[in-house]
Amino acid sequence: MSHPLIRMLDRGATLFLVLLGAFAIAIPVLNLLVPPGSALHVSTYFVALFGKYICYGLLALSIDLIWGYAGILSLGHGAFFALGGYAMGMYLMRQIGTRGVYANPILPDFMVFLNWPELPVYWYGFDYFAYAALMVVLVPGVLAFVFGWFAFRSRVTGVYLSIITQALTFALLLGFFRNNFGFGGNNGLTDFKEILGFNVQVETTRNALLVISCLALALCFLICRAIVTSKFGKVLVAIRDAESRTRFLGYRVEAYKLFVFTLSACMAGIAGALYVPQVGIINPSEFAPGNSIEAVIWVAVGGRGTLIGAVLGAFVVNYAKTYFTSGILAPYWLFMLGGLFIGTTLLMPRGIIGTYYHWRANRTEKKDAAVPNAAPHAAE
Amino acid sequence: MRASYDRIIAFVIALGLLVAGAGLAYAGPYEDALAGFTTDDFSDTADAVNAIAASGSPLAGPLIEALQEGRLSFSAKDKKVYIKTKNGALLDAATGKPAEGAAPDDIEAIRLNNRLRGVVDAAVGGLTLMASDPNRRYDAAQAVFKSRAADVLPALDKALAAETNVRVKKAMTEARAAIVLTAEDSSVADKIFAIAVIRDRGDQDALGLIDGLPADQPDAVHKAALAASGKIQSTLAIWSTVQNAWYGLSLGSVLLLAAIGLAITFGVMGVINMAHGEMVMIGAYTTFVVQEFIRTRNPALFDYSLAIAIPLAFLVAGSAGVVIERTIIRFLYGRPLETLLATWGLSLVLQQGVRTIFGPTNKDVGNPSWMSGAFDLGGITITYNRMWIIVFTGMVFVALLGMLRFTRLGLEMRAVTQNRAMAAAMGIRTARIDALTFGLGSGIAGIAGVALSQIDNVSPNLGQGYIIDSFMVVVFGGVGNLWGTLVGALTLGIANKFLEPFAGAVLGKIAILVFIILFIQKRPRGMFALKGRAVET
Repeated sequence: MSHPLIRMLDRGATLFLVLLGAFAIAIPVLNLLVPPGSALHVSTYFVALFGKYICYGLLALSIDLIWGYAGILSLGHGAFFALGGYAMGMYLMRQIGTRGVYANPILPDFMVFLNWPELPVYWYGFDYFAYAALMVVLVPGVLAFVFGWFAFRSRVTGVYLSIITQALTFALLLGFFRNNFGFGGNNGLTDFKEILGFNVQVETTRNALLVISCLALALCFLICRAIVTSKFGKVLVAIRDAESRTRFLGYRVEAYKLFVFTLSACMAGIAGALYVPQVGIINPSEFAPGNSIEAVIWVAVGGRGTLIGAVLGAFVVNYAKTYFTSGILAPYWLFMLGGLFIGTTLLMPRGIIGTYYHWRANRTEKKDAAVPNAAPHAAE
Repeated sequence: MRASYDRIIAFVIALGLLVAGAGLAYAGPYEDALAGFTTDDFSDTADAVNAIAASGSPLAGPLIEALQEGRLSFSAKDKKVYIKTKNGALLDAATGKPAEGAAPDDIEAIRLNNRLRGVVDAAVGGLTLMASDPNRRYDAAQAVFKSRAADVLPALDKALAAETNVRVKKAMTEARAAIVLTAEDSSVADKIFAIAVIRDRGDQDALGLIDGLPADQPDAVHKAALAASGKIQSTLAIWSTVQNAWYGLSLGSVLLLAAIGLAITFGVMGVINMAHGEMVMIGAYTTFVVQEFIRTRNPALFDYSLAIAIPLAFLVAGSAGVVIERTIIRFLYGRPLETLLATWGLSLVLQQGVRTIFGPTNKDVGNPSWMSGAFDLGGITITYNRMWIIVFTGMVFVALLGMLRFTRLGLEMRAVTQNRAMAAAMGIRTARIDALTFGLGSGIAGIAGVALSQIDNVSPNLGQGYIIDSFMVVVFGGVGNLWGTLVGALTLGIANKFLEPFAGAVLGKIAILVFIILFIQKRPRGMFALKGRAVET
């Protein structure tokens, strides 16, 4: 039995962290230190774009943790992402202070516009970053805990679970669209000025947010690695592959699933919170069921159950989306995305990283087979 | 015959001349009343309107109509009133003939305020009470009921005596009761009788009238009014319940239509088809294409467009379903989550495909004549398209039930649902059954699209709006049982409509979603779950 740290940081994971670190250093350097005329200069537009991708990567990572390792396909993870985003958005709204259009010292612009008499109770405390940061994790976490507690205890599994998670995010979508919910209705929260005293529009803040996002992704990646390489992770895989059998062996399946589902929701919330200051807006469309399903396809493209693949998939698909939706090919993007869903599930069910692992495993197997009396290689 | 016609016309003309001549010769009540318009004073105008309505002059009708439409003018200098005809000519109101000489320079339109408009409406009501068209008489009676102008009473009594149409007579009696009830000098007995008449009318207007009575009524009247008000309220409550139930039934049947195909594919194959909504959309677009074709080739067939579209939509969507099953879904059996993703991708492709071909805007799909319009049933209004959709859903449901129960294919489908391996061992070609089942489910979605094209916008997003609701129905009703789908759809439809009045449409929907999320905890396999070993697979 190797040391847990060594198991956690296998070759792929180390490579991923090194690349992520290099990325987090290179982009700000190329943006801030290299002069704009240079061929190596990275424009601020790309800094914000990559920051967004990193947040998507974190969302994909959280989905991979539950889907790839515990077999829970959540079609409502966008809801946790958006809730985290709203918590951060509320903090950013409070930071606007009197600089809004109506310059009201207490109420955000949209509340003045809608004639709210006073600040609703659930907005209290969002003036403080620490409180908002707590809510970023707590709100999605509590929702996931309550939802998961009900769902897993009554053994709602498979497609049924997928459908009710979709219903969950759909219900939230309808709710947040309402003006009297107190979250800006249709327009959501926007027009942010500063975060922790730094102007969100300037280059340095954007670069800092990118670096922080990379750090968050690295940290969450390590947590996920620690979980999936531990005994706990083995039980999760057992649940994924044969839930009833695991239960008969005496494991509290519900407790395992609930823990990992809640953790994953918290991560999605963090991703959302980092996403909002970088794109400058959060509105109810983030709750749209389509968004959550799209996030699942990132995981599928990159490789389900590989963690690295989820992040890679988020990058590849979103880069393709940015690339194609901005050119003359824009009307065909949905064909491509749809084709990607079908193609990945039909032709490459293991995803990019999964296919690579599989190919490598096959090759070593062949090599091992050439050596007589070699120990049989563990099946994947 | 011809001669007698001419004679009658000649007689009428002579009579008209006589009346006009009499008007010129003697100043009657009509001519006296005209002076009231020339003072530019609202209460004088009101008196004049009432006097003219009561005068019985044949010019009264056109004059008041002109006043209502702002075509009545006066000249304070000449003390004359003029009617401007619709084509711009100026008539002398006193004679009804074109005004002599040039128009006076101080001519000015007679102004109306809100109170006056009420008076004018009442006058028009009184005048049209004797119209020859029963519908106009009915409308006039309703107008009088609302205005309750006491001046109309003589005209109303006259009209009532002459009335033969039962419906109009009832409306007139009610109008009379309304006048009697609000008049200050009616006797207590008359008022109580009037209350009874109005109570039997039993609608919102009646309630408003009775509740709006002044407080200083005699005790007996007051008591009768209270009792009547309670009675009307309970009648209204019953009708609003019926109305909600009807709307719920309508929504439920739409949900059933959209979900029933999904229930079949999910039940038999355990496949979640996220592209189901797009099959509905394809059906709706088939209807559009059929109607376009009919419009350009043979407009006379328009009323039959739906009859043509239904089998076509079934074929188009059904064959699309078979193709999808053969090319995508069959490779994903046993991997329901992957199927879900692949079909979602397919739905994106289909939506974008339709958007590319037909454009992103809503397409105009018309109602055939037998599906447009509405009729009143008691206190509710029923539109024909909703009614036919309910009937149609019932027919589809029964046909499907019969198909599953009595045909070879149905038998084989049930066998595969219950135990796939055993069915295969008995010689059923399960792969073929899968393809046909998927085709059947998609075909029914196509038919649903034909029906939905009549009540919803036909756009590439049509299916999206129904997919989550359809899933809720299937999950709520239970899988593999059409009765579950029926009960699920109707329950959700009716619950939705009963929640709407006091929770609002959106909160009502959220409440339903939360309810289903909680319900599924209690019964993870829906209301009508399959029992036995099939459950654990």
